Amino acid sequence: MPLKLKVKHFVNTTLSCVGLACIALMGLQSACSTDGRTPVDIGNREGILHLGNGAELADLDPHTTTGIPENNVQIALFEGLVAKDPKTLEIMPAVAERWEVSIDQLTYRFYIREAARWSNGDDLTAQDFVWSYQRALSPALANQYAYQLFVIKNAKAFNHGDIEDFSEVAVKALDTKILEIVLENPTPYFLSLLDHHSTFPVHTASIKKFGDLDERATRWTRPGNLVGNGPFTLHEWKINRILKVKKNPLYWDHENVQLNEIHYHPIQNVVTEERMFRAGQLHKTNSLMPNKIDSYRDAKRSELKIHPYYGSYYYVFNTGKPPLDSVKVRLALSFAVDREAIVQKVMRGGELPAYALTPASDTGYTPPKLHIFDPAKAKKLLADAGYPEGKGFPEIELLYNTQEQHKRVAVAIQQMWKKHLNINVAIYNQDWKVYLSSMKEGDFQIARRGWIGDYFDPNTFLDMFVSGSGHNQAQWANDDYDRLISKAGKTADRSQRMAMFYEAETLLMNEAPILPIYIYTSKYLLADSVENWPSNIMDYVSYKQVRLSDAE
Amino acid sequence: MSRYILSRLFQALPVLLIVITATFFLVRAAPGGPFDDERVVSPDVLKNLNERYNLNDPVSVQYLKYLAGLLKGDLGPSYKFPARSVNELIASGLPITFELAIYALIVALIIGLVAGIIAALRMNTKWDYGPMALAMIGICLPSFVLGPILVLVFGIKLEWLPVTGWGSLPGDKVLPSITLGAAYAAYIARITRGSMIEVLSQDFIRTARAKGLSQKRIVVVHALRAAIPPVISFLGPALAGLLAGSFVVETIFQIPGLGRFYVEAAFNRDYTMILGTTIFFSVMIVAFNLLADILLAWFNPRLRIGLSS
Repeated sequence: MPLKLKVKHFVNTTLSCVGLACIALMGLQSACSTDGRTPVDIGNREGILHLGNGAELADLDPHTTTGIPENNVQIALFEGLVAKDPKTLEIMPAVAERWEVSIDQLTYRFYIREAARWSNGDDLTAQDFVWSYQRALSPALANQYAYQLFVIKNAKAFNHGDIEDFSEVAVKALDTKILEIVLENPTPYFLSLLDHHSTFPVHTASIKKFGDLDERATRWTRPGNLVGNGPFTLHEWKINRILKVKKNPLYWDHENVQLNEIHYHPIQNVVTEERMFRAGQLHKTNSLMPNKIDSYRDAKRSELKIHPYYGSYYYVFNTGKPPLDSVKVRLALSFAVDREAIVQKVMRGGELPAYALTPASDTGYTPPKLHIFDPAKAKKLLADAGYPEGKGFPEIELLYNTQEQHKRVAVAIQQMWKKHLNINVAIYNQDWKVYLSSMKEGDFQIARRGWIGDYFDPNTFLDMFVSGSGHNQAQWANDDYDRLISKAGKTADRSQRMAMFYEAETLLMNEAPILPIYIYTSKYLLADSVENWPSNIMDYVSYKQVRLSDAE
Repeated sequence: MSRYILSRLFQALPVLLIVITATFFLVRAAPGGPFDDERVVSPDVLKNLNERYNLNDPVSVQYLKYLAGLLKGDLGPSYKFPARSVNELIASGLPITFELAIYALIVALIIGLVAGIIAALRMNTKWDYGPMALAMIGICLPSFVLGPILVLVFGIKLEWLPVTGWGSLPGDKVLPSITLGAAYAAYIARITRGSMIEVLSQDFIRTARAKGLSQKRIVVVHALRAAIPPVISFLGPALAGLLAGSFVVETIFQIPGLGRFYVEAAFNRDYTMILGTTIFFSVMIVAFNLLADILLAWFNPRLRIGLSS
């Protein structure tokens, strides 16, 4: 039948058409051939590290940004006075080759390296730090991390506009290479603040080319404009696509920098990120979705990395709203939560059960272990509070921001409360910004929270709950607690300080404005070719010692 | 004809003004502001930030200032990416989204027209049921399902094509174009089939056959030309839909287009970015619908005469 033949012919032509179209589409790509090699293979050979980096960066200005993705790039482009050892987290010299501390622990004198240079060749001086700190603290810049510098004498007053003359703030250049800083009180964790991006030096001359020193968001952070002092320089930044940095030949320690380039890939979708890793497009993912952990673990894949992280996941009680204004009710709710079951059956990502707010770590501080699962005690506490067997207990609500993982934890805890206390708790979720707004307005009864330590000291967790703190959504106030935290901030002796924190945290747990649930873990995939990638509780990264092995 | 185009343009203006006004006030009515963060922003800092972006003014003043900027073509600074203006962000995402939409449309047209024609020629046989069943699946299968399936097969199992990116690795444009185009291919196939069946049964086709023309010539030159107008009228909304609807594909394939900015702006309460992209997409949708109407008039002589008189 001729028609049938023609249809066949037609189908053939068509298929070749579709094929041609596909080839045409591919032909539009760059003509270079990769010989079947993945970007990771090529990177291993050429010293280019490909990193998944979460959300796209808001900006690169170390004095106005707050995010972790931004920080990941800033630590390649800038360097502070000190750094941390990636293994032990001990303070190491960086821009400052050494420093002296006065006996009263108030005056710090930093000696800046002779070899320290900006990426444009300018000498890096003590005066650069004075200008940088002035900028970081100036009110008009609205630096959200300005408080990191408040330990410096008069820094807070300057930032709040009470002092207008920066020379009253105790940061002085004694010489081109000697910087002196005087503190308000002895602050044992002061040095550990100095590798935070908010304390990085910036090249003020190049910033002034694009606007005022205290002007936010000018063009100084663009490739070609940005002058830094870190081991890498900014080479390319295509928004939502890629950010490339290249080794800085003027960096004082450039001989020890192993990588030639780092390519940061902004990928918010964790599913996509994992696929890119499998396809050899990334050396390291930024995170890993929980439902993938088991399959990597079962297959004993060496790429899977899980280690504890300096952060806590907890619920906060609005202590201003009955029945949660009663300590007994709050304690009953806390004792009825089986945290072991949550980390083992719900989370399954190596998280640790939290019995206090602060994660256990090598800071020399071991938090109290309170609120261990005890349903009988929980029942008794609830009865003492006037609700025997949960009778007469009003229905309360638990809020979390919309996310599958939070939902699973909330459902598990809801069931534990029903089972052990016979009370009904409704759970509901809100989109991130709506949730933040509810938290700010105090419009909740119980809500999910999480906190990642800014610096390696219990103070970063415990000072959240002093009365009037913006992070104290519990509306909880306790004079003894405030006094202990304030006293610990002024105590130089380490063991005395830790004892005060222990006492304060015990008080916090006995009053229970919060219900700690688990300690976070850091979870990601790392290609086997990456050597010396640091693994520590702060997820603190230094790219200097990272190297890539080329197996071929 | 030009009067028709002018009147359509004037009709579009109030539509755009309503879209701008509604979006402006609705985004501000949503709880949470652009600077709300888990790390609570101190009141001093918040005041300075609001000052910097005119958010301390009454809403009506903000609205008028925004309209004044808009008249000058200035969409303001982005709150989420403070170092960049909305104009710059749209300019960086648009070419990519547009390119993706065009490739997807090409894919949709090739697959859709061919499948539709085959199905119409061999009506009620496996050559008809096969492509039409596939088309039905194509319509029903959302891109967030099709995309990952294609990635798993062609990217991870067979390792033929990159799993993400746009223009950074050879072949990385193929899978997103097919994913985005598939659903539209399915629509075009169904429209083509229906239209072709109707045309093939008409007298002028019989005349062409009687003249002894080849089947190829009958189908391609005579039947297809007559059957194509419904497809064309679908193309305008389709292109607008491809542009505005590309965000899912952009997210799956990590493509730095406009769609991703749009969705993320909404979650971030990036007021100016939401407004900028909304205005931009509304203009696109209005423009493409207009373009489709004009093309349709040009293809259909009866309509053309009706408009001219």
